[in-house]
Amino acid sequence: MLAMNFRGPYQIRPDRNRPMPEIEHPYDAIVRVTRSLVCGSDLHLYHGLVPDTRVGMTFGHEFTGIVEEIGSGVQNLEVGDHVLVPFNIACGTCPFCKQELYGNCHEANSEATAVGGFFGYAHTGGGYDGGQAEYVRVPYADVSPIKIPEGMDIEDAVLLTDVVPTGYQAAEQAGIQKGDTVVVFGAGPIGIMAARCAWFFGAGRVIIIDHIDYRLEFAKKYSYCEAYNFKEMNDPVVFVKKLTDWYGADVCIDAVGCEAVGHGLQDITGRMLLQAGSGTALHWAVNSLKKGGILSIIGVYGPPWNLAPIGSIMNKGITVRANQASVKRLLPKLIDHVMSGRLNPKGIISHRIPLEEVSDAYRMFSKKLDNIIKPLLIPPRAFAA
Amino acid sequence: MKNVLEDIIEPPVDRKIANRNMNDRVQDIPGWGMDADPDNDPTYPMKHSTGADHERLNYVKAPQQRQNIEVLRSIERPNITRVFGTSTPPAGLSGAIRRYAYKFSEATATHWMTLILADRVDVIQGKLNDLKHGIFPNPWIERGWRAEWKHNRPAFLGRMAVTTLVITAGILLITRKSRGKKMLANS
Repeated sequence: MLAMNFRGPYQIRPDRNRPMPEIEHPYDAIVRVTRSLVCGSDLHLYHGLVPDTRVGMTFGHEFTGIVEEIGSGVQNLEVGDHVLVPFNIACGTCPFCKQELYGNCHEANSEATAVGGFFGYAHTGGGYDGGQAEYVRVPYADVSPIKIPEGMDIEDAVLLTDVVPTGYQAAEQAGIQKGDTVVVFGAGPIGIMAARCAWFFGAGRVIIIDHIDYRLEFAKKYSYCEAYNFKEMNDPVVFVKKLTDWYGADVCIDAVGCEAVGHGLQDITGRMLLQAGSGTALHWAVNSLKKGGILSIIGVYGPPWNLAPIGSIMNKGITVRANQASVKRLLPKLIDHVMSGRLNPKGIISHRIPLEEVSDAYRMFSKKLDNIIKPLLIPPRAFAA
Repeated sequence: MKNVLEDIIEPPVDRKIANRNMNDRVQDIPGWGMDADPDNDPTYPMKHSTGADHERLNYVKAPQQRQNIEVLRSIERPNITRVFGTSTPPAGLSGAIRRYAYKFSEATATHWMTLILADRVDVIQGKLNDLKHGIFPNPWIERGWRAEWKHNRPAFLGRMAVTTLVITAGILLITRKSRGKKMLANS
């Protein structure tokens, strides 16, 4: 079958000779992928920043597909069902899953206890091949995957596997109160979605900060927010303080993670792996907050360590809230938002690219070519019988 | 071998942790639990507390996936998970480095930095393996240069020109130095 094949940092290959996945557990399903996306966090793998990313892996944790085969223990799915598959692999019965922390399942990742099980996210994410392929093995198929609701566009469905829930949870865990000023750092797909979702919680003002103009322009329209380029500022923290009557934002959302730019020391130490990527967005977010404000971290950082302003967090009484999105928990609410027309996920897809050109998609996304916001991959057999 | 405290911890007992010594505490510590407020849970709404945190051992587990390949395991857990990924098991020199990394906990730099080292060694292993199977590097496809050519041509050509110049200058420098050494040796 055709699948993306990682060959090293900045090197991937569309490979037609990948072996077909097989049922390896009674709760497995094999899914024929109909759509998959390249995520901003896939770029951390592509750039060689995530430990235990092995040559030969297939990435991709955002996908929809048609069930082709099920294991003997699968009861909720049938062959032929068209499903959306949340990026979390979750058993549904461990203490974490039982408390709806599906992104923190205890029975899906042997290789790192700090990280849940994710499709196509290195061995740090459990060593599962992902959905940038024609077929994929889906473990615990009864737990997370759900049939795409009748009448839902497949492109909306695929965005419900990660981008929408992650952006929504960024806003939800920020504890936004009516009238709050919310500052989102990073105008990538997640930051754009977080800014959009902040309104659902009653934000009074939403501001997004980035350094790429075309993304800021897009965010302004898609997320109904104010958008500013930090390259036009002396100091983003002073800018935010001034913008909030020298008080600070009620809520800051870090939707950038470990590849932030904008601070020389952080950039250098991040690139040299002296820390797990740059902590610039964390610094700006903590310092832009009011005293007693809330920091929501949804940007991805590597596991070892980062230079973070813990003294300011303590002295200002900042509450830090962070986690991988719990997609299954959020799906009912988000499906309602989409089906009722309040949310238009597919509006952020900017490029539709054949899976055969997956390496081009990564390069374009990594280098921000052709005003790319979110690339969608279409496998050749997406709609074959 | 040095005795460490981890080795003397008794195996876990299968019972509710919340019940451990509860009665003793109620009697011995004045005011124990008086101000506890279940609604004051900073993890809500991400987590719906059900008390499952205190039932760590006796939850319903899926059948164990059959292990046909080597699966590395964090030493912060006692066993492999009921389900695991089977992509790219450890192999060759990079595999040996990975096995070493997994001797250390996730709290250590040794664990993560050794894994990064293994990843880089794996890239070389991958190239050699490709060559063994008659697959030659194709940067046009693999590095996405085709996309650069299409969407970023002037900058791409500029970078290529600079890279070519640097490589040519490097080769010339090395050749000149080795020629100089030969001339010195002959004189």
